[in-house]
Amino acid sequence: MQRCDYQLSQLDVLEAESIHIFREVAAEFERPVLLFSGGKDSLVMLRLAQKAFWPAPIPFPVMHVDTGHNFPEVMEFRDRRVAELGIRLVVASVQDAIDSGRVTEQKGRRASRNRLQITPLLDAIEEHQFDAAFGGARRDEEKARAKERVVSFRDEFGQWDPKNQRPELWNLFNTRITQGEHVRVFPLSNWTELDIWDYVRREELELPSIYFAHTRRVFERDGLLLDAETGYANRGDDEPEFDASVRYRTVGDASCTGAVKSNATSLEEVIAEIAATRITERGQTRADDRTSEAAMEDRKKEGYF
Amino acid sequence: MASTNEPAESASAKTMDLLRFATAGSVDDGKSTLIGRLLFDSKSIFEDQLESVEKTSVDRGEEYTNLALLTDGLRAEREQGITIDVAYRYFATPRRKFIIADTPGHIQYTRNMVTGASTADLAIILVDARKGILEQSRRHAFLTTLLQVPHLVVAINKMDLVDYDQGVYERIVDEFTAFASKLEVTDLTFIPISALHGDNVVERSVNMPWYDGSSLLHHLEHVHIASDRNLIDVRFPVQYVIRPHASTDPELHDYRGYAGQVAGGVLKPGDEVVHLPSGLTTTITGIDGPNGPVEEAYSPMSVTLRLADDIDISRGDMIARPNNRPEAAQDLDAMVCWMTPDRVLTPRTKLVIKHTTRTAKALVKDLHYRLDVNTLHRDDQAEGLGLNEIGRISLRVTQPLFVDDYNRNRLTGGFILIDEATNNTVGAGMITGAR
Repeated sequence: MQRCDYQLSQLDVLEAESIHIFREVAAEFERPVLLFSGGKDSLVMLRLAQKAFWPAPIPFPVMHVDTGHNFPEVMEFRDRRVAELGIRLVVASVQDAIDSGRVTEQKGRRASRNRLQITPLLDAIEEHQFDAAFGGARRDEEKARAKERVVSFRDEFGQWDPKNQRPELWNLFNTRITQGEHVRVFPLSNWTELDIWDYVRREELELPSIYFAHTRRVFERDGLLLDAETGYANRGDDEPEFDASVRYRTVGDASCTGAVKSNATSLEEVIAEIAATRITERGQTRADDRTSEAAMEDRKKEGYF
Repeated sequence: MASTNEPAESASAKTMDLLRFATAGSVDDGKSTLIGRLLFDSKSIFEDQLESVEKTSVDRGEEYTNLALLTDGLRAEREQGITIDVAYRYFATPRRKFIIADTPGHIQYTRNMVTGASTADLAIILVDARKGILEQSRRHAFLTTLLQVPHLVVAINKMDLVDYDQGVYERIVDEFTAFASKLEVTDLTFIPISALHGDNVVERSVNMPWYDGSSLLHHLEHVHIASDRNLIDVRFPVQYVIRPHASTDPELHDYRGYAGQVAGGVLKPGDEVVHLPSGLTTTITGIDGPNGPVEEAYSPMSVTLRLADDIDISRGDMIARPNNRPEAAQDLDAMVCWMTPDRVLTPRTKLVIKHTTRTAKALVKDLHYRLDVNTLHRDDQAEGLGLNEIGRISLRVTQPLFVDDYNRNRLTGGFILIDEATNNTVGAGMITGAR
């Protein structure tokens, strides 16, 4: 909140910076789109976009890259939020990409559709001629993301070249591209996980129910608690399922997103647990980042979020 | 809901402010050790991150856990053991949140340091107590002042290796002070530390009773940054015009707001303002902040202004005060850092300039001199600027920009240069004069 000595709280500074980014991109690009998963980061992005253009509506659609392996609670939430805001939802479907032969489903127990999102994402960007896609990635999440620009250039193949990034100084962003290229824009670059939760509390943002403790059928694999209810995680006979009180710290594909054991049913309790945790968000919950030290960098170079 | 065991970070989220600082130096200076310690002691390194770094260090046969691996996130950096790019790290104490722009210290990465310093409130320059002030310490100090970073901390590290000797510390302080007198340093602080052992990093050191200043973290938590921003000269670059014309709400039918991030001064409803380039004056009727109307707006707030008169205002225009206007200039003098290996900046180079929310074309009229960033020697025979070189140039711009000198306002005095052929950002400029 505003203080008498012309000093803003850090959440207010982050909010002002993010709003500046939204307006700059809306002013300088023809066809932006906001990547929306129904997760906490994309919900914070939506709230910031609302504020940036208020009292006018958000001047761009949202896009969900749908793996087909979603938590039903999150899908229900996504549709309700989109209807409330009256914005257009574009769905880029991994299942369609598989059915039409553009991508091939991975095989085996650890098969995940996470990496398969890249093709439908880039196809949808091309089809709709989007020239800027807002993503909710944060620099504190992952070491490759820590090196990424706020306005991050993608060539005509959707590729990221980490060694050839445009310097970003002051609050000036280079938004120039040529036909067929696009940028990814990360308005939450400087937010930490705890900032997101503090903002959720301050703004009284509603979140999908799976962020709070609930009883779920789960099983354990590689130290992660994976969901056994949706059937997407290919549980083997040697992986016994059991009931546990869990919540999700991130919301992603149900085949590779782990739950954490928790009894935190209120926002205050969740924030207290997050603040006390000694393990990173992705390290605790994402199987996809465990394949190698540069897993995220490699996916990003190909066009991942 | 009050709770005594609520974690400090979120309990104070309402009042906690933000300090951005840049660190410059190489692994040899103990920079990574210092950052590692700040992150460790504020519990900002997570167990899985540490395990990953420990495992990689062992795999590579390194004797100690290499904390540089925490920030060197790209495959190429890890393979080559170098820092290529600016890495951003985050930590918080109950008083403040900190964003570290960790920049490589070598001369071939000058552009990265310039980038990291452009938004920094404070810069830490690491000096090895055994080696004293080196060429690179002078370069870092110069770049810090060129970018007008308001606070400079010289952390004299590895004091444990000179037996915590006050004489060593004082010789370095004297030498640096003499050099700094040639620069415009507004706030200079010296702290003797041992990043490895933690002396004067978080807690005051018992090994240096002769030092009566703050620990580094205490300094970072308490340094006063509120008055660093320009709160005098009202500057509001118009970024986006908000007109909810399709609205069914009659209240909003005539709404027209001018959105932007305040670059200077304090704006209040009722203030008389001038629109540039038209020169027409009007009055602020209301200011909408992110959470509704506000009574005043100042940097770095993102707000929307409502004005009394119907003036034709669009993106790239500027709102100021009638008796305090920026220079409307098409001829600029500036210090420029050149950032591309692909071409050389010479007189007659044509570029795109982006300044506040306005973009125009620019022609390099003159290169007055190239500055040797180590010796501050001015070479007025230089014919061009290559990658990482800094010089003073004159630019002619196709349309007026509303500018202030960079040392008056970093946001209305800074600009970037873009190559029209490649669309790359090829230069960063700090305005020193305008006509």
